[in-house]
Amino acid sequence: MAASETILSVKDLRVRFRTLDGAVEAVKGINIHVKSGETVAVVGESGSGKSQTMMAAMSLLASNGEASGSVDYRGRNLLTLSKSELNKVRGRKISMIFQEPMTSLDPLYSIGNQLIEPIRRHRGLNAAEAREEALKLLRLVHIPDPERRMKSYPHEMSGGQRQRVMIAMALANDPDILIADEPTTALDVTIQAQILMLLAELQRKLGMAIVFITHDLGIVRRFADRVYVMRYGEVVEEGEAEAIFANPQHAYTKMLLAAEPTGTKAPPPPNAPVLLEGRNVEVTFKIGGGFLAGEPLLLHAVDRISIRLKRNQTIGIVGESGSGKSTLGRALLRLLPSDGVIRLGDRDISSADRQAMRPLRRELQLVFQDPFGSLSPRMTVGQVITEGLLVHEPALSGKQRDQRAVEALREVGLDPNARNRYPHEFSGGQRQRIAIARAMILKPKVVVLDEPTSALDRSVQKQIVELLRKLQADHELSYLFISHDLAVVRAMADYIIVMKQGKIVEEGPTEAIFSDPQAAYTQTLMAAAIDVTRFRLSA
Amino acid sequence: MLRYVFRRLLTAIPTLFVIVTMAFFLIRVAPGGPFNQERGLSPEIKANLEAQFGLSDPLWLQYVHYLGNLLRGNFGPSYNMPDFTVTELFAKGLPISVQLGASALLLALLIGSMLGTVAALNQNKLGDYTVIALATAGSTIPTFVIAPVIQLLFGLTWKLLPIGGWGDGAFINKVGPVLTLALPQIAIVARLMRGSMIESLRSHHIRTARALGLSDWSVVVKHALRGAILPIVSFTGPAAAALLTGSVIVETIFSIPGVGRYFVDAALNRDYTLVMGTVVVIALFTIVFNLIVDVMYAVVDPRVRYD
Repeated sequence: MAASETILSVKDLRVRFRTLDGAVEAVKGINIHVKSGETVAVVGESGSGKSQTMMAAMSLLASNGEASGSVDYRGRNLLTLSKSELNKVRGRKISMIFQEPMTSLDPLYSIGNQLIEPIRRHRGLNAAEAREEALKLLRLVHIPDPERRMKSYPHEMSGGQRQRVMIAMALANDPDILIADEPTTALDVTIQAQILMLLAELQRKLGMAIVFITHDLGIVRRFADRVYVMRYGEVVEEGEAEAIFANPQHAYTKMLLAAEPTGTKAPPPPNAPVLLEGRNVEVTFKIGGGFLAGEPLLLHAVDRISIRLKRNQTIGIVGESGSGKSTLGRALLRLLPSDGVIRLGDRDISSADRQAMRPLRRELQLVFQDPFGSLSPRMTVGQVITEGLLVHEPALSGKQRDQRAVEALREVGLDPNARNRYPHEFSGGQRQRIAIARAMILKPKVVVLDEPTSALDRSVQKQIVELLRKLQADHELSYLFISHDLAVVRAMADYIIVMKQGKIVEEGPTEAIFSDPQAAYTQTLMAAAIDVTRFRLSA
Repeated sequence: MLRYVFRRLLTAIPTLFVIVTMAFFLIRVAPGGPFNQERGLSPEIKANLEAQFGLSDPLWLQYVHYLGNLLRGNFGPSYNMPDFTVTELFAKGLPISVQLGASALLLALLIGSMLGTVAALNQNKLGDYTVIALATAGSTIPTFVIAPVIQLLFGLTWKLLPIGGWGDGAFINKVGPVLTLALPQIAIVARLMRGSMIESLRSHHIRTARALGLSDWSVVVKHALRGAILPIVSFTGPAAAALLTGSVIVETIFSIPGVGRYFVDAALNRDYTLVMGTVVVIALFTIVFNLIVDVMYAVVDPRVRYD
């Protein structure tokens, strides 16, 4: 590669948002530069300002945002260009792909229509020529059957395919710089790996610089030449990727690197009693059907799965979206109608109705993924976590309930005064602690954890993992740990079930699954998640 | 899609049947009858009249007769305007009401959408506040205030428009009533459009369009507007059914011989057949326009598929 010149240089960039509480400074005077053909990663956790930096550079800030400083692209300050001048750079010289492949394409126009539009606009081709170009691009990003796909609408494609189309649109005019804002975060691990490999391949072919905005150090390690680490709107460390991983200087970088979940879970003793057992559990959903609409389509979300959860055991249920892992968890808790046998201890609860299940519920608790949506915004934290006590221990006085709330909050590492505040006053990690306190206050035996750490930053994830471990050790809890995140599952579970399309693909003790996966699908998953081979090729 | 339309039309039959049945018995539950108000009507003549129109038959027989006639497309004679059948009354009045209603609806959709879009593009700026203020005023001032004000200003003071009358459908005679009908609808459409346009402009695919350097025209009109139009489409169904079947207030104030007055007059006079005719017409309009809306949905949004 030719001696690389600096093509983009961000100087003293500040981004402010006007809010009802006054101005909030999201980016506080940062300097970043990008050389031609290199891969730069901007790393940080949520709220670090890493996305807003690039949004500001592209003049895509929300209407209450404003940027100052300068963003020089080949000698021109993008922040001061007129809109029409700017639109000759955006999508042509600098283009961008986003985190949300499901919503970043216009749902009302066909893929072909959306691909052709920027080609015609920037290159002045006629419709037929632009169509040829669009087909070429779809082939470039490996969309099968591109002729047919031109006529497809976004909703007819998977997330991975939509992200490929986004990439095709971004590369349509052979840009100098591709800004990729968390391009794989919303995708399953195997798809993530495919998209990253595609980006590496395209960079090799086309030679554009890539700016990677990500929270995922795994991606940075495999991809980037240089790294900027951001926190609270400032760059705290920058340098060559290898140097930063080998020898981080700033405390925050060190903390980020140490935040990868570690440790293992020892299996329960062989004679430990089985607490929750499912035999040939089956969940079937009907789709469509009805008056004059024909036979409904049957979807086997969980297809004859058997599982035995012992006391003090953690079974990790691993699979990609649509694999049926969450459905299985809900079926085992009898929150969904299912066929097959489900036993709680020595009771058969397969046909227990709501009424019969109610007293058993305190032993079976559930913690959800979404720490923002699963707590009622109109109840205080104290009301949220003691609500279950009203049902299961109605004899308790208000004072006793309050005492239990204090204990539960202490147990999950929150200040007991939190019980008089409302959920929106807490961060994602704190809310997840509240959700865990709500489950723990009932002293359950089995807790189903449905992606409990997926919505959280790595450093917060690590704290939640440690909290869950401590609670398990203190109370001999059994966990059903549902997750797509293999690194977390490896640290939490002693036994793993790999699911795909409602079926078990493979199961076994954690270390056996990780060190010697048998099924081809498990091998793909593992390769996508924990392989550290670099596929950076630009240097 | 055809199959869906067919299925919807089939389900319209029981819906209509239920509506007709309820209206038939409800209006007869109301005290009095079609010939009660005429003064000096001797009991013999009244009985004669009732016998002539079959009103002395048992209620179930009247119902069966009415249904039978309705199936043959016969709405029966009007009791209070005995020279006309209900069908003739509608044949005369409905085209007038439909003309006024359709013009008002078109005007409302065009101007309302434009105002709403302008407001959304200037969110929380002067243009936005102006539109919101106008829209709030438009939807709070009742038609029976707007209509006389229009008559007073345009008719009496400036002598630009006739004060009332149909004038055999002369354009100038339609301006007042159409404006009166349209103003509140413009306000509603503008508010709806503003909201959905703001939401649409914030969506991720608009960010994509901007990042691709597309022109403002394409971003706003091609990408944002088409998505924002869906709530307006839903609104248009019931609004069309209401506007096209006439307005009592507007037709009374402007002396327009439409069908809007029939509903109130007929109900007050216990003109059973005319009430039933109005109910059937309004129900048909509502069903058909809602069906059109659902079909339009599938046309605008490829994600909507019926089968």
